[in-house]
Amino acid sequence: MTSVLELHDVTRSYGSPPTQALRGVDLRVDEGEFVAIVGPSGSGKSTLLNLIGTLDRATTGEVLITGERVDDLSDGRLSALRAHTIGFVFQQFHLTEGETAVDNVGSGLLYTGMSRGLRRERAREALVSVGLGHRLNHKPKQLSGGERQRVAIARAIVRRPALLLADEPTGSLDSVSGETVVQLLRELNENGTTIVLITHDRDLAERLPRQVSIRDGLIVSDSRDPAIAVRAKSGVTA
Amino acid sequence: MRAVLSGLGIAIGIAAMIAVIGISTSSQALVQQKLAEIGTNMLTITAGKDFLGQETKLSPDALARIRHLDGVEEASWTSDVDKHVYRNPNVATGATGGLVVRVAEERLPETVGANVALGSWFTTATRELDTVVLGSTTAEKLGITEVGMQVWLGERLFTVVGILDPVLLAPELNTSVMVSPERATAILGFDGIPTTIYERSEDADVLRIRDRLPQTVNPASPGDVKISRPSDALAAKNTVDQVFTGLLVGVGSIALLVGGIGVANTMVITVLERRREIGLRRSLGATRPHIRAQFLAEAILLAFLGGLAGALIGVAATAVVAVANGWPLAVPLLIPVGGLIATIAVGAIAGVLPAVRASHTPPTAALSA
Repeated sequence: MTSVLELHDVTRSYGSPPTQALRGVDLRVDEGEFVAIVGPSGSGKSTLLNLIGTLDRATTGEVLITGERVDDLSDGRLSALRAHTIGFVFQQFHLTEGETAVDNVGSGLLYTGMSRGLRRERAREALVSVGLGHRLNHKPKQLSGGERQRVAIARAIVRRPALLLADEPTGSLDSVSGETVVQLLRELNENGTTIVLITHDRDLAERLPRQVSIRDGLIVSDSRDPAIAVRAKSGVTA
Repeated sequence: MRAVLSGLGIAIGIAAMIAVIGISTSSQALVQQKLAEIGTNMLTITAGKDFLGQETKLSPDALARIRHLDGVEEASWTSDVDKHVYRNPNVATGATGGLVVRVAEERLPETVGANVALGSWFTTATRELDTVVLGSTTAEKLGITEVGMQVWLGERLFTVVGILDPVLLAPELNTSVMVSPERATAILGFDGIPTTIYERSEDADVLRIRDRLPQTVNPASPGDVKISRPSDALAAKNTVDQVFTGLLVGVGSIALLVGGIGVANTMVITVLERRREIGLRRSLGATRPHIRAQFLAEAILLAFLGGLAGALIGVAATAVVAVANGWPLAVPLLIPVGGLIATIAVGAIAGVLPAVRASHTPPTAALSA
């Protein structure tokens, strides 16, 4: 299996005197995995997501995306990496109100150098693939919460990223809409997309193939590697 | 809404500038047009003033000598008479309204470029009768609206035979009542000596003739002769207008500057408000230069739209004023174009700081929002 994501002893400190949001995290996600990172608020999971998404830089340690070390990359190279390799799905959707679903999804390809016509064509395909083929020219206001999140997912997958990052994707949705979104993510995963989903919802995490628990800036359990939990309990950190 | 208001600041600055320049250019264009019509080739010759400050008289044969000068096309004269004109005999003596009685030589209208608005200039018949021709202001002040009405002059009633249009190059004629030399000699005790001589030549000859006139008019004492070129005064007035315009343009530029600060302010707030959008775009792969370019372009667009609206308002205001005053509409193309370029520059300068701030917004802002 090739790794999509590797973290080696990653720490992230903020402020002065520094407070550590992450205190030495090791994590490996392979191609085709669907991982839930679960933890209460303040556990460091958002910091972890920002580092994985290359929106933030680690204080110490190594972050590798598709085998490439990103810690030393310039802002321009990181932007290019995000444009081509990583797709984001946010709790708040972050859709542009004035634009149709097609244009919102097309904006996912804005910084890939693709022509407008091609962007729209790819956007239509992506919307069809998330089951919104009948909502192409609707604006966000005309869509339900679940549909909006599906538009946001279409925007994230339209560039066929190696890694899809979802931050509380069901956090703003009712349970029925939330279920359709999870179902959609599962389908995408079955078709080969690697997904890292961050949530504080243990029930949601339980239903996914792999769960990684984070608490106080440390990974305390990983369903793929039960030894971590044992080490954490005995107070030994990796 | 905020964007519209800050654009409005720019619009007002540009509109004020264009309107000021346009209106003043239009009024100058009117003067230029008039100057082109009446020509700048007329000279006015008067004798100097004596020690009491009274206008002295020229030599009686000065006109004949001037007419013999090479290049002179037209020449004529007027002479002040110590008489006053009143609407009727009942008006109190001394209430002259500043009107002056002048004896006017036959060729005067052709020489000074005067048009007869009503009636006619003196003819061989009316020259021998008790008749007058009025300047435009005189007619207005005396309440003369038609030919055939009478005025009281030197203890006699004179019949008005003509009223002149305003004369631009010899404005003193506007407040004059003109009497023919024949009649003035017969009943007003006129001595036949001119006070002011008007001379017209080809444009190219003006300066040469100007140099030779003093000797021609008064060979004994050339220094006493005063020669002026009335068109110079009009041109000078235009120059003063231009200085004034410069001042108002200065005021307009301050308005533009204030508008630019408004745009900068709007953009700074916009950047703060749109942190999420910036974060989203960064997560979609936008580089810092992308974000910078986007916000800079928005600032320039905002200022440009304001400037465009201002240019249209300014040209429209100029057109309204020009039409209302009967001036030719003259807005030099350079002004609106220059104004728009200025707004683009202002927008660019105003947008730099907010754009740089936007590009340095951490991308994590979208996720933490």
